[in-house]
Amino acid sequence: MLAYPFMQHAFAAGAIVAVLASVTGWFMVLRRETFAGHTLSVLSFPGASGAALAGLPLASGYFVFCALGGLAIAAGGRRNPQRQSAAIGVVGAAGFALGFLFLSLYGGVLESLESLLFGSFLGITGGQVWTLAAIAFAVLAYFAAVGRPLLFGSVDELVARTRGVPVRALHVSFLVVLGLAVGATAQITGVLLVFALLVAPAAAAQRLTPRVPLALALSLAIALAVTWGGLTLAYYTNRPVGFFVATLAFAVYLACRCWPKSSFATR
Amino acid sequence: MAAIELENASVSRGGRSVWARATLAVEPGEFVAVLGPNGAGKSTLLEALLGLLPLTSGRAVVHGEVGYLPQRHAFDSSTRVRGIDLVRLGVDGARFGVPLPWRNPYAARIAEAIRVVGAESFAKRAIGELSGGEQQRLLIAQALVGEPDLLFLDEPLDSLDLPNQLAVAALLDRIRGERSLTVLLVAHDVNPLLPHLDRVIYVAGGRVLSGRPEDVITTETLTELYQAPVEVLRTAGGRLVVVGQPDVHTHHGHAH
Repeated sequence: MLAYPFMQHAFAAGAIVAVLASVTGWFMVLRRETFAGHTLSVLSFPGASGAALAGLPLASGYFVFCALGGLAIAAGGRRNPQRQSAAIGVVGAAGFALGFLFLSLYGGVLESLESLLFGSFLGITGGQVWTLAAIAFAVLAYFAAVGRPLLFGSVDELVARTRGVPVRALHVSFLVVLGLAVGATAQITGVLLVFALLVAPAAAAQRLTPRVPLALALSLAIALAVTWGGLTLAYYTNRPVGFFVATLAFAVYLACRCWPKSSFATR
Repeated sequence: MAAIELENASVSRGGRSVWARATLAVEPGEFVAVLGPNGAGKSTLLEALLGLLPLTSGRAVVHGEVGYLPQRHAFDSSTRVRGIDLVRLGVDGARFGVPLPWRNPYAARIAEAIRVVGAESFAKRAIGELSGGEQQRLLIAQALVGEPDLLFLDEPLDSLDLPNQLAVAALLDRIRGERSLTVLLVAHDVNPLLPHLDRVIYVAGGRVLSGRPEDVITTETLTELYQAPVEVLRTAGGRLVVVGQPDVHTHHGHAH
């Protein structure tokens, strides 16, 4: 299986995306910003169709639109959850409408519309792998720089603010980073299945342990197992990768939900 | 030297005066309750002392480091971070970077703060699955671990049931003794605190009044301050009971 370069690329890209999605997803779940993450994934659609229209590489559209979407959502503020979720919904709807417009202006059917929505691991080039690696490096550098104050602001924004944590700046920058991670993950899993990798491993890991380093490691391990497992199954059955990744992620999440809370690794 | 001083201090919010010409002094080591009806400016008093809100006139001085516990709601049950990790954020949470999981230079300080609040048995569980009283103890540990000279707490008893209110009040009193802390606590109900108080600060009607509980919590003083018929009764055990405070019906309508 790994003798083929396209499978090597798929495994490499899958590993990078697993790292990105599991770490970013862990903070997203902790911050209860899953809805924001979902909306950002929707913005991959106008991103890709806009890039196609402009004759640019699709990947650039993903990153630009998802990062801008993060800024747009951040502009809605975080202090009022109701207003924030309304703002996120509006951004998502506007993004989808824009994507539809780009698609009709583009004229034909976007050749890779199906893989845009549901993902494709099999056409990944070496260049794409390097782009993903660069994005992953930037995102991990961000978490290395602000991980501790971001954790403080995520669990207890009020106290963190009084202790001098720049919660507002962290909120904005996290949403941009989330946009980048979503844009990267969407290229592999497709727009509609981003969530399989972004939410399920992180939520399962949080379920298993409240220890932060251990939870991050578990989230990464689950994401990696799910991605590589999905790729392997897809290779041998000739069925869509997205289906296997999403199903495996869901199964792991379900198993962890059934696991008795806190019985594992609380010390 | 007083731990806290207000001299002719006035504060306004959105162009509207909250309270004016407040003058008071709190001695080091005192246990002080800030009382008054909702919206009178109790939290504003803490914020003004912390410098979070500028005075429109007068002077406010606080001598020493302050550990501050803002008014809050409980942690959601889905918050999957350990209590002990939350306490540690009180030491270095605002610092950039990532802590190394295998090295904790503050382990002894954190363990001591957790011991002081009696949270050893549940500090390693996820904060979200703890009761309101347990969460409150860990938050107090988080404020203590920074080794402050003063502790400002905004309605720390608010979300607790009566036994826990009494326990947390007694705990704060004990910590104050052990660490010679000055404790300033905004409270809705004075009763759980009465056995421990050295001083009360009453905020009502745009004014701030400070004194010993037995001098301030009297029918005459409070009726004058509230401008409503308030009665203060003394029980057989010598405790004070305030009857007829005008804010009783808006129990959870907090104004900031």
